[in-house]
Amino acid sequence: MTDLARSETHADAPRPGTAPLTSVAEVDTHCPYCALQCGMTLRATPERVEVRPRQFPTNRGGLCQKGWTAAELLDHPDRLTTPLVRDRPTGQLRPASWDEALDRVTDSVTALQAAHGRDSVAVFGGGGLTNEKAYALGKFARVALRTRQIDYNGRFCMSSAAAAGNRAFGVDRGLPFPLADLARADTLLLVGANVAETMPPLVRYLVEQKQRGGTLIVIDPRATATARQATLHLQPMPGTDLAVANALLHIALAEGWIDREYVEDRTAGFDAVRRSVAGYWPAQVERLSGVPVADLEAAARALGTAGTAIILTARGAEQHTKGVDTVTAFINLALALGLPGRPGSGYGCLTGQGNGQGGREHGQKADQLPGYRRIDDPAARAHVAGVWGVRPDDLPGPGLSAYELLDSIGSPEGPRALLVFGSNPVVSAPRAGRIQRRLADLDLLVVADFVLSETAAMADVVLPTAQWAEEDGTMTNLEGRVLRRRALRPPPTGVRTDLAVIAELARRLGATRPVDADADADGPRFPDDPRLVFDELRRASAGGIADYAGVTWERIDAENGLFWPCPAPERPDTPRLFTATFPTLDGRARFVPVEHRPAAEEVCPDYPLYLTTGRVLAQYQSGAQTRRIAPLRTAAPNAFLELHPDLAQRLGVVDGDEVRISSRRGEMRAPARLSDTIRADTVFAPFHWAGAARANSLTNDALDPTSRMPEFKICAVRVERA
Amino acid sequence: MTGRVVIVGYGMAGSRLASELRARDGDRKIVVLGAEPHRAYNRIMLSNLLAGKIDETQVELTEAAGHGVDIRPGVAVTAVDPAAATVTTDRQDIIEYDHLVLATGSRALVPPLPGLVPDRQTTPDPERLPRRVVAFRTLDDCRRIVDAATGARTALVLGGGLLGLEAARGLAARGLDVRVVHPVGHLMERQLDPAAGAVLARTLAGLGVTSHLDTSATAVDAEPDRVTLTLATGDRLTADLLVLACGVRPETGLARAAGLVVERGIVVDDRLRTSDPRIWAIGDCAQHEGQLTGLVAPAWAQARVLAQVLTGDDPQARYRPQAPVTRLKAAGIDLAAMGDLTPTDAAQPAVEELSFTDPARGTYARLRIVHERLTGAIMLGDNPAVGTVIQLFDRGTPVPSDRRSLLLGRALGGQSATPVESPALMPDAATVCQCNTVPKGALVRCWRAGARSVAEVVAATRATTGCGSCRDAVEGIVNWLSTVDSAEVTG
Repeated sequence: MTDLARSETHADAPRPGTAPLTSVAEVDTHCPYCALQCGMTLRATPERVEVRPRQFPTNRGGLCQKGWTAAELLDHPDRLTTPLVRDRPTGQLRPASWDEALDRVTDSVTALQAAHGRDSVAVFGGGGLTNEKAYALGKFARVALRTRQIDYNGRFCMSSAAAAGNRAFGVDRGLPFPLADLARADTLLLVGANVAETMPPLVRYLVEQKQRGGTLIVIDPRATATARQATLHLQPMPGTDLAVANALLHIALAEGWIDREYVEDRTAGFDAVRRSVAGYWPAQVERLSGVPVADLEAAARALGTAGTAIILTARGAEQHTKGVDTVTAFINLALALGLPGRPGSGYGCLTGQGNGQGGREHGQKADQLPGYRRIDDPAARAHVAGVWGVRPDDLPGPGLSAYELLDSIGSPEGPRALLVFGSNPVVSAPRAGRIQRRLADLDLLVVADFVLSETAAMADVVLPTAQWAEEDGTMTNLEGRVLRRRALRPPPTGVRTDLAVIAELARRLGATRPVDADADADGPRFPDDPRLVFDELRRASAGGIADYAGVTWERIDAENGLFWPCPAPERPDTPRLFTATFPTLDGRARFVPVEHRPAAEEVCPDYPLYLTTGRVLAQYQSGAQTRRIAPLRTAAPNAFLELHPDLAQRLGVVDGDEVRISSRRGEMRAPARLSDTIRADTVFAPFHWAGAARANSLTNDALDPTSRMPEFKICAVRVERA
Repeated sequence: MTGRVVIVGYGMAGSRLASELRARDGDRKIVVLGAEPHRAYNRIMLSNLLAGKIDETQVELTEAAGHGVDIRPGVAVTAVDPAAATVTTDRQDIIEYDHLVLATGSRALVPPLPGLVPDRQTTPDPERLPRRVVAFRTLDDCRRIVDAATGARTALVLGGGLLGLEAARGLAARGLDVRVVHPVGHLMERQLDPAAGAVLARTLAGLGVTSHLDTSATAVDAEPDRVTLTLATGDRLTADLLVLACGVRPETGLARAAGLVVERGIVVDDRLRTSDPRIWAIGDCAQHEGQLTGLVAPAWAQARVLAQVLTGDDPQARYRPQAPVTRLKAAGIDLAAMGDLTPTDAAQPAVEELSFTDPARGTYARLRIVHERLTGAIMLGDNPAVGTVIQLFDRGTPVPSDRRSLLLGRALGGQSATPVESPALMPDAATVCQCNTVPKGALVRCWRAGARSVAEVVAATRATTGCGSCRDAVEGIVNWLSTVDSAEVTG
């Protein structure tokens, strides 16, 4: 496919990268990858685009290898520069004009909706899309397609922490305080977070925290690069974090470390939690988790007696069928110790994807409208419909969550067409083999991407889109800080921005009025200018929980980013939440009692080992981008299975042996990598690779009852020499 | 299942069953009758209460609440009529049941010593002991002990088992001088070998608890302001209060009177059913496969199985006992004991015995491994592998090939990052900067190519530009390169 795409480029367009430079030869922007959104400067030279790190509060001048090499994808030979459509006679993808590709999309969509209803067309978004794109995509689904079926890959990432945060605090902002607070915490607890590999420049804060004499505690079944830097590492059996949190609270109660005044003045529901954690005495949890009582006590003491303390969770704790409750257990602990809203203290979650935060605020989520509004709230519908120029009754209701949406393909009520923007679910969805088969059942699969990802390779229509250095917009980082992404150069000829694709599809579907029409004229607009989209987003979010009304691009530039909520241009932003009150009905944070329960799939004689999955430093997400970058491929060339030497010995496996890992859902092959940093009852595989090395072929699609988060982080497997 | 479940007993077993039933779907009524006047509490935490570390609200357990749940503390059941399927309370209420669950627990055993029972014919009653003599079992007992301990300076504990030592360390934590009297030659003889018992006695002595071993009590003289215990040796020990920790006896009176099969406890099958098909029993009062439990973990496991059976959630659910792990953990004491360590025929090649003793630090560890599985262990004192040992015992997974990790330290990882060795000894392939995958060799090549400062090396290799933790290592290598180079120049 790629060769076809390239030959087409030769035929009718200049090669990517040789597009004429605008006057901007250097621009300050942010890394395209994770939610740390490291500041970087891009400079265009005649030969290439250079990346330099830039001082910014999140990275303080640092960059990891992914950031340094990010520009290598701009002029990469795999870059798509022409639309592709699946040729009906041959079944192969072939280059096509934009007209042909878009006609294929709109003709199919129109016919399918006429025959099977509006919900037969679904949209799947991504947490890497800018705020403008996430907003436009949500609006496109509700207004142009008028389908309720839209969700996004952030469901696989942030949904558990989001649900728990909303339940406890009335708001979900990853960090309710600036990242720099980490360095000043006397005690810092990281739960299921391997920042040394997932967001390396953040470690600068951990180093500073330790240099100041702080205590760093890491809870992780593996002695990761992050855990190895900890003062205290708790290494629980996978799936027992909730019990560990309850034990820490149990000890804090028994030792009298509870902030009674705070609990009395600022929270509700403590008694029920106090009684529930009475059942989690340390010896009980030691037996369940394998964490020694002495370590539980030391961790509780470090948190309970610290002047300032911060508790952070990440995917290791959250990607479980009890992810919401596990996060809640740590929030309960933080509330009991009086941390949230106190200067230098608090609870936060570490957002994963670049715009994982903004992506979940502005309408990609099945049950939400812009501004973190609920789509089933009549007032929210009326407000957003007003901004969009449609009638509230015309807005669809909530749709299915990401996995359920994908899994319903092929069922009588399920989608027959799927439009994918900024996501690669063939690699990143749980039980990916099943999802791959579901996607094959579609009548129409459309993928907008800049390389031929594994999902794009299955598509009927592939739309080549701009990369981060070729577009303007905003991102909201892990702190809830809204940042500016700035274009260094226009997209290569033949490539369009996602906003332009969405605008054109909306126009062809007859959903718009002309952008130059009278301002009072009825009907929605779909501008492709990100600044216009952002201004509309501001109005749509105004009065919502994630209120961007006062955020302007000029203010972002002048103030080094703005923390939402920021309800008016003349008012300050909000770096710290909860200092006086919580955005709940009564202003109090909520304690919620939560109980440990087993994983959806426990080990058994046929599948005797726990599998947990995660990342490596030199790759990102589904790897569609990073696997194509030569230095990253050299640093992390392939998947592997990490296992303890004792386990390897019992299996007759030596380092480097090819092993076959099987679960009830599929199998994976990879070389064994022996390490005594992992429990002997657990194996680990990174999830960045596809095909036979796809870790998500194994993972469990059981969902959290509240967040609908799949249980990526624990399932039962068998390992054999291949 | 629909209908009414009546639970007799609102202790840790009965309250847990109520919660387990409540957590499952179904239209049923749950009535819990508890003789004690409080809401359910966590017995495990009573020694903390005794130590004065927590207050009573902190031992309360989650209460099953909501539609269909009727909890009545302070109501004792006086009779069960299996034929009529009713129970009668001490308030003369008659309550019908579809299923009756006996979770009546156990009561403290009071030794028949002169001075504790008015005459030899009477059954000793923990509720009717002289002032300054208290059994250690219930929350009310705990209150009585705390009451008697107020202003006291010395205490005696009769019984050196787990419960007696919990009481002793709780009183010691209050600042009392405590003496434990135990009829056997070493403490906690049901769980410990003599060597471990000796280490434990030494540890306790350091905490203000003296052990009087291998001696039984023959009489108690309780006076208004002090108690004297006479020993078989003729010695007399006097203190401000005496705590009895001589074991417990299952509370089986109701069951016996109702005609159920009762041996030491109420006999139940794998579904926790008694000899009457509508009556079930869990917790301390139940006897399963000839065994009484007396511990919380099995009682809660039984509650779960019974809830699955009664609600039809999993009619196939069966209670399978798990070997107990005894854990005594308090400031200064860390003891875990599990499984079988009785002497065996040493000729058996499959049996491995491992031990480690460090008396000066109060550390003792002994493990038995049979066919690569851990079948018994005693771990006393600071032993970071205790969590791993307990899980290996519980799960029956194979032990590590290097057994020392179980005796001496963490069995799993936890090593801190490799310290920076002499740069000269580092292999060229060793990664110095993880974030940017920079090996030592790349720094050396960069130097050879003309870079002469840390800044120049960093600019050329990107080392240190990620997390920054390798800054010292890179500076060390650059310094080393500069000395090597100048040596070459001067040489």
